[in-house]
Amino acid sequence: MKEILRFAQNDKKADDSKNIEKKQNMSRIKVELRKDQIEKIGEICQSFNNEPGELINVLHKTQGTFGYLPAEVQEVIAKNLNVPVAKVYGVVTFYSFFTMIPKGKYPVSICTGTACYVRGAEKVLDEFKKELKIQVGETSADGKFSIACLRCVGACGLAPVVMVGEKTYGRVAPEMVKDILAEYKD
Amino acid sequence: MSDFKIHLLVCGGTGCKASESARVAENLKNEIAGQGLDDFAQVITTGCFGFCEKGPIVKIIPDNTFYTQVSPADAKEIVDEHIVKGRKVERLLYLNPENNERVSDSKGMNFYKKQLRIALRNCGIIDPENIDEYIAREGYEALGKVLSTMTPEEAIAVVKASGLRGRGGAGFPTGLKWELTRQTKSDIKYVVCNADEGDPGAFMDRSILEGDPHSVIEAMAINGYCTGASEGLVYIRAEYPLAIERLKTAIRQAREYGLLGKNIFGTNFSFDITLRYGAGAFVCGEETALIHSMEGLRGEPTLKPPFPSVEGYLKKPTNVNNIETYANIPVIFNKGPEWFASIGTEKSKGTKVFALAGKVNNVGLIEVPMGITLREVIFEIGGGIKNGKKFKAVQTGGPSGGCLTEKHLDTPIDYDNLIAAGSMMGSGGMVVMDEDDCMVDVAKYFLDFTVEESCGKCNPCRIGNKRLYELLDKITKGNGVKEDVDRLINLSNVIKDTSLCMLGGSSPNPVLATIEHFRDEYEAHIIDKRCPAGVCKALMVYSIVEENCVGCTACARACPVGAITGERKQIHIIDQALCIKCGACMDRCKFNAVIVK
Repeated sequence: MKEILRFAQNDKKADDSKNIEKKQNMSRIKVELRKDQIEKIGEICQSFNNEPGELINVLHKTQGTFGYLPAEVQEVIAKNLNVPVAKVYGVVTFYSFFTMIPKGKYPVSICTGTACYVRGAEKVLDEFKKELKIQVGETSADGKFSIACLRCVGACGLAPVVMVGEKTYGRVAPEMVKDILAEYKD
Repeated sequence: MSDFKIHLLVCGGTGCKASESARVAENLKNEIAGQGLDDFAQVITTGCFGFCEKGPIVKIIPDNTFYTQVSPADAKEIVDEHIVKGRKVERLLYLNPENNERVSDSKGMNFYKKQLRIALRNCGIIDPENIDEYIAREGYEALGKVLSTMTPEEAIAVVKASGLRGRGGAGFPTGLKWELTRQTKSDIKYVVCNADEGDPGAFMDRSILEGDPHSVIEAMAINGYCTGASEGLVYIRAEYPLAIERLKTAIRQAREYGLLGKNIFGTNFSFDITLRYGAGAFVCGEETALIHSMEGLRGEPTLKPPFPSVEGYLKKPTNVNNIETYANIPVIFNKGPEWFASIGTEKSKGTKVFALAGKVNNVGLIEVPMGITLREVIFEIGGGIKNGKKFKAVQTGGPSGGCLTEKHLDTPIDYDNLIAAGSMMGSGGMVVMDEDDCMVDVAKYFLDFTVEESCGKCNPCRIGNKRLYELLDKITKGNGVKEDVDRLINLSNVIKDTSLCMLGGSSPNPVLATIEHFRDEYEAHIIDKRCPAGVCKALMVYSIVEENCVGCTACARACPVGAITGERKQIHIIDQALCIKCGACMDRCKFNAVIVK
């Protein structure tokens, strides 16, 4: 029992430190929206008739335009659709597709579906973390790369699969990671 | 299609596209145009052939030549040799690993021999972006027949007689579901296609949408007629851009042909389809969660009853079916329910599509009759285990399923047999594992997934799964105690019994199944502090083989924590208390003196 407790505590500590880090990340990216950006969000909401039931579609389109969904953007959406900000935030944080942190110029996505996992996706992921010195869900300091894990891209024949932007790399081994990143030098 | 003498079918599925199949198609087109063969040969980009292992695939008809691993540079040779001179390009033909002979006709390949394609009937054959090709293969005939010659009740009776069960996982009889929605009285009803494929390692729904989107549209229209709905919704993952694009094209074409919209086939039945996008939440595969997500809410499940057939989307009666279920419907009407019911086992009719993946030689998408054995799937269709390793288990049903082992190899696969064996059909993911996979680690992997995907609404699932994960994590790190196995079993049963929806109700299955079949592996981790498969990092022990060590000090210099000691030209020693098991010493050693156990 003692051991379980100790473990739970360790785990909690790890969780907390992660959360603090996340919070710091969040506070760092306070954004001030320009007038035209606010108008653009208004247009998107209007294209769905400001219908609260269309919230997810609105979020998809907004993230498609802005790249991510910071708190300030959520506030504007809530106002337009006439729903509480808490509801918008609740939906944004519920679905893994929505992000409150801007992705890197070249988002790296490692597939961790079962097929890729049993063919060594975790080792590939570790190598990306090591090379870029960031964790999953983070963006490198220069804004160039971010790492995310995907659940199955459906190319299990090529496992393990990594995507950088739209480009797919198949049968990736940890030794290939350096070369892949080198393609995005600019 | 008949104007051309030769058709070159190039796979445009996600797997092949990732290996440059789009450039293969482009080069073939250019080459054909360059040699003035435009009127003679035509390049068609199709949906998935299924044989993803050896992609990109190019198939040439009428002679059925099946080229594998075609690169863009091979285009010229294919046109010069095959199209112009009529000689097959030997080196691109599939090499049968059993006898080292090249197989030119796909019908002769073990991968296809035991398959029966109903849901995938058009995948890899037609151009999914051309409605005429679908129509040429009996497309929309079933819809015409149903609308002009049957009452909704008669059509439902056909579906019931076929014995078709839901392909999304639970296996609920489809005809019965339609009847329940039909019986609820309401001015508005909806039919919903669940295309939110969330099971990691399954990609059949995406392949059907990418390869044959019209079959789903046709079936949804039939479903609308039978249940009394005039609006259809497809709930699709935003992560599937190609499938979304092809579905949108297909819907547009169907509208142009009057197959969607008002007064279809001149009857007074009107039906149209719109798309709703998922945003990456596994729990949205559960129908009540899916409905909430379509309403713009968090995808949290609600208690059933009321069932969606009574109160669903916007509180109206809603019929939710999975893509693969829909893909079977037109064939049932075209060939008759008796034909469909003649395939499969007593309680599971027809075929099932599986995404065969993991440590198997032929990874890909397969469709087999219900009742086939695992042995046939893995060793005949799948071509056995990669690198000649030993088969250990196959995981079916994804995070909700369990694993089947050697003793299940000859069990006929159907809904009921899989449940009896402690697993489930699920959506059809089938991940094969070999002796190098640690089953405790696999259980941990699935729990990690469940913890991430639990919607958080009810305690057993939100807290219980997290505790299960912690126990498993503890065991894989070598800190497990004997009582932990019983704790895992007790907690699993509590979570199963008390969760609201099937996510929590099935999430402990991977734990229970691995304990049942591989208890010895759990015990090895807990008692001997050893991972038999050599996967769990914390349990690995790096050591130096005295005979091989030359005392070059390379390993000591590579060690980031200074755990290796030893003078130059003397045998080095690893201090196990300091070692962080990073493996740097092993990578550096040129004399194979560092080993890991």
